[in-house]
Amino acid sequence: MHKEDQALIFELSTPGRIGYSLPEMDIPEVDVKELFPEGYLREEEAELPEVAELDIMRHYTALSKRNHGVDSGFYPLGSCTMKYNPKINENVARFNGFAHIHPLQDESSVQGALELMYDLQEHLIEITGMDEVTLQPAAGAHGEWTGLMMIRAYHEANGDAKRTKVIVPDSAHGTNPASATVAGFETITVKSNEQGLVDLEDLRNVVGEDTAALMLTNPNTLGLFEENILEMAEIVHSAGGKLYYDGANLNAVLSKARPGDMGFDVVHLNLHKTFTGPHGGGGPGSGPVGVKADLIPFLPKPIVTKKGEEYVLDYDRPQSIGRVKPYYGNFGINVRAYTYIRTMGPDGLKAVTENAVLNANYMMRRLAEYFDLPFDKHCKHEFVLSGKRQKKLGVRTLDIAKRLLDFGYHPPTIYFPLNVEECIMIEPTETESKETLDAFIDAMIQIAKEAEENPEIVQEAPHTTVVGRLDETTAARKPILRYKKN
Amino acid sequence: MKHRYLPMTEADQKAMLDTIGVSTVQELFNDIPESVQFKGEYKIKAAKSETALLKELTRLAGKNADLRANTSFLGAGVYDHYMPVIVDHVLSRSEFYTAYTPYQPEISQGELQAIFEFQTMICELTGMDVANSSMYDGGTALAEAAMLSTGQTKKKRVLISSAVHPESKEVVKTYAKGQYIEVVEIPQQDGVTDLAALQNMMDDSIAAVIVQYPNFFGRVEPLKELEEIIHSQKAMFVVSSNPLSLGALTPPGKFGADIVVGDAQPFGIPTAFGGPHCGYFAVTEKLMRKVPGRLVGQTTDDQGRRGFVLTLQAREQHIRRDKATSNICSNQALNALAASVAMTALGKKGVKEMALQNIQRAHYSKKVLKEKGLELVFEGPSFNEFVIKLAKPVKEVNQALLQKGIIGGYDLGRDYPELSHHMLVAVTELRTKEEIDTFAQELGDYHA
Repeated sequence: MHKEDQALIFELSTPGRIGYSLPEMDIPEVDVKELFPEGYLREEEAELPEVAELDIMRHYTALSKRNHGVDSGFYPLGSCTMKYNPKINENVARFNGFAHIHPLQDESSVQGALELMYDLQEHLIEITGMDEVTLQPAAGAHGEWTGLMMIRAYHEANGDAKRTKVIVPDSAHGTNPASATVAGFETITVKSNEQGLVDLEDLRNVVGEDTAALMLTNPNTLGLFEENILEMAEIVHSAGGKLYYDGANLNAVLSKARPGDMGFDVVHLNLHKTFTGPHGGGGPGSGPVGVKADLIPFLPKPIVTKKGEEYVLDYDRPQSIGRVKPYYGNFGINVRAYTYIRTMGPDGLKAVTENAVLNANYMMRRLAEYFDLPFDKHCKHEFVLSGKRQKKLGVRTLDIAKRLLDFGYHPPTIYFPLNVEECIMIEPTETESKETLDAFIDAMIQIAKEAEENPEIVQEAPHTTVVGRLDETTAARKPILRYKKN
Repeated sequence: MKHRYLPMTEADQKAMLDTIGVSTVQELFNDIPESVQFKGEYKIKAAKSETALLKELTRLAGKNADLRANTSFLGAGVYDHYMPVIVDHVLSRSEFYTAYTPYQPEISQGELQAIFEFQTMICELTGMDVANSSMYDGGTALAEAAMLSTGQTKKKRVLISSAVHPESKEVVKTYAKGQYIEVVEIPQQDGVTDLAALQNMMDDSIAAVIVQYPNFFGRVEPLKELEEIIHSQKAMFVVSSNPLSLGALTPPGKFGADIVVGDAQPFGIPTAFGGPHCGYFAVTEKLMRKVPGRLVGQTTDDQGRRGFVLTLQAREQHIRRDKATSNICSNQALNALAASVAMTALGKKGVKEMALQNIQRAHYSKKVLKEKGLELVFEGPSFNEFVIKLAKPVKEVNQALLQKGIIGGYDLGRDYPELSHHMLVAVTELRTKEEIDTFAQELGDYHA
């Protein structure tokens, strides 16, 4: 161990210490060995830590201090919508009647939970302009796969089994092609044009009678609205394909444009982005899927419906693609999203998008002088810069990102989308103040100047973090994926 | 409008519009074609103040019968367990819950190290070499295991025990459709996978055989015998396992399992109406580069300090796109943290003691239920669940029990038509003697 290393919990372990308080044994005990044949009971104990309660709290508090969250500071990570995670959501999700109910209880005993799910569905139907919503998918990628499985079932039900291809733009999130593969499709890429939008000519070329669907994020990952969306819908629909909306960027268009009105047949939402379910260090998320009427029969089962005054789980859905997850989705995240929507209301959600887009455009214009701006037009909730100019000075986008750490910021998304050289993708969100944006802009300007005058300070960054740049090559070549006692 | 989450003032707005060179915010949306512009506001419920909304949602939550106010004998994959109070204190550290995926390791060492520790604990419990950073849940983890096995063996048939959780089985079948995998069920005999039937079904076309340990009926499957049958035909041995049970039971890794998956919900994660829970995914070293999802690895920085990074990312969707091992991106990191804290609090001794308490209390419950005249079905080595046969429909009995503050067991007739009137009863370490005795008394009364 290096003297500055943070101890692993296993290294703090001392035999004889405990950190638990199990119920007293108030029943007559038997010799457990007599209940099992030989070999059934574990002989070697699992090497879990032996630590007292304060040791545990100190350990995890120390770890938390080595982590940056939205509450720690600005987090302009493009395509991730790192907005404030409201605290009321956390309180509501912890109510006994939400946190401590069992999914297999009799429906009559969970009417409050079903009512919340139903009302959330109704709200999401209105927000997306779709006809029905399922809350079952656990995250965005899970929603993508669910939507594609429904599209596949739809085509098969029409005797149209030759539709084996899903088209995705070259700027798409990696999950799009990966989800298409898991759903049994082949992925075809459609190019972007010089304006950063889907190339309509290329789309016409790749669309055909084998097209199952086109997956699209709108605005796209460059933060640009696909202005030709109606033509694209027409091209795909007239070829018999379906249009899939990746809702990762919905924060850009709340109350401004609805996927359902743009011609989309299926949409997934990332409730942990636009609707403030916290990101949790990588999850859990929630990825509801909305569909137009002709796809409703294929929704995963069960779905929550209302019969008179009673909320029920409907399993009688013969054309359903089946279950995509045990139980009914990440209910705890759905509770948070519902609380958020009810906190904002219609006027609040409208202001969310307006402020998010205004913040992004303001930052883009102020930074355009110091960094290359590949697409010089109004952006939506995020925008991309290119670090080409700095690269010529020997400072790469990765260096800029690492240097931002010294200023206390989480860097933007970098090297994505793939169609912009030395890409820097910035999404401020609506919950950040102008003062925060200005301070970040000042830091970016300073780094641009450093790249010209003192590039080493950028190239060698970060200087202030608890560890420096880590050796990722060795990590992958000689993987150490667990602790082992020496 | 003014809202506590929106700091922009009118003065800010004006200054920003000036910088951009537009006069209204709406101009920034003029690239949206007129015909698809949404005019006006959503027809959704109006915003509520903090206090009013808390009041409304408190009432809504109050319409549910929760496990704190009632006594639960319901399990079937989701359990009411001891949750060390410190778990929620750690989870409430917003440095954890408001962070994104740790792609910037220099400012994410806390999360990365916590996940590295989680991976280690899962390896320890399951007896496997490698565990990932989490999956959505046990059901989807099982589906991913089936897909890994068909990719690895280049075979397209998977056998799954009918004693696997019915909802997990359904999820496996949904994923299988996408991958053109044939899923065939192995019948159960006396509540465990029918070994003779399995022997007859085995041939060299099978990619994997999936069993659950303890299985859906609470029985402990004979993994030694299963392994011999499965590996003799070079199929992969996939075990879905309740990790708490592994505090007392021999881990699947000891029996030669190739993939072990399950849900860490029993460790500090609330039932939450079925989610979010926390899938785990563990494999042998040979399969390390085939694992779905994120893996954290140990490395050093330029000064030799220990640090952690996301590693072997060439498996993942953001690098490999349509050739990735899985499409999973978001996982259940925060719940993996919860499980880590709970596993740490329990520690080496507590996890064993808790598992043994489950066995003891379930055993005691069987005894008193028998004394009340109830018939035990599928008797044999079991963990914290078992099956009883009732004289009346389970739904009817459960509705009566609820009037007494008891949430009864699972109605097996929902999934197994031949098991109507059969209740799957779960007894965890939280059920006291008094609660068990009352439950037995009530059931005895209905049975009479």
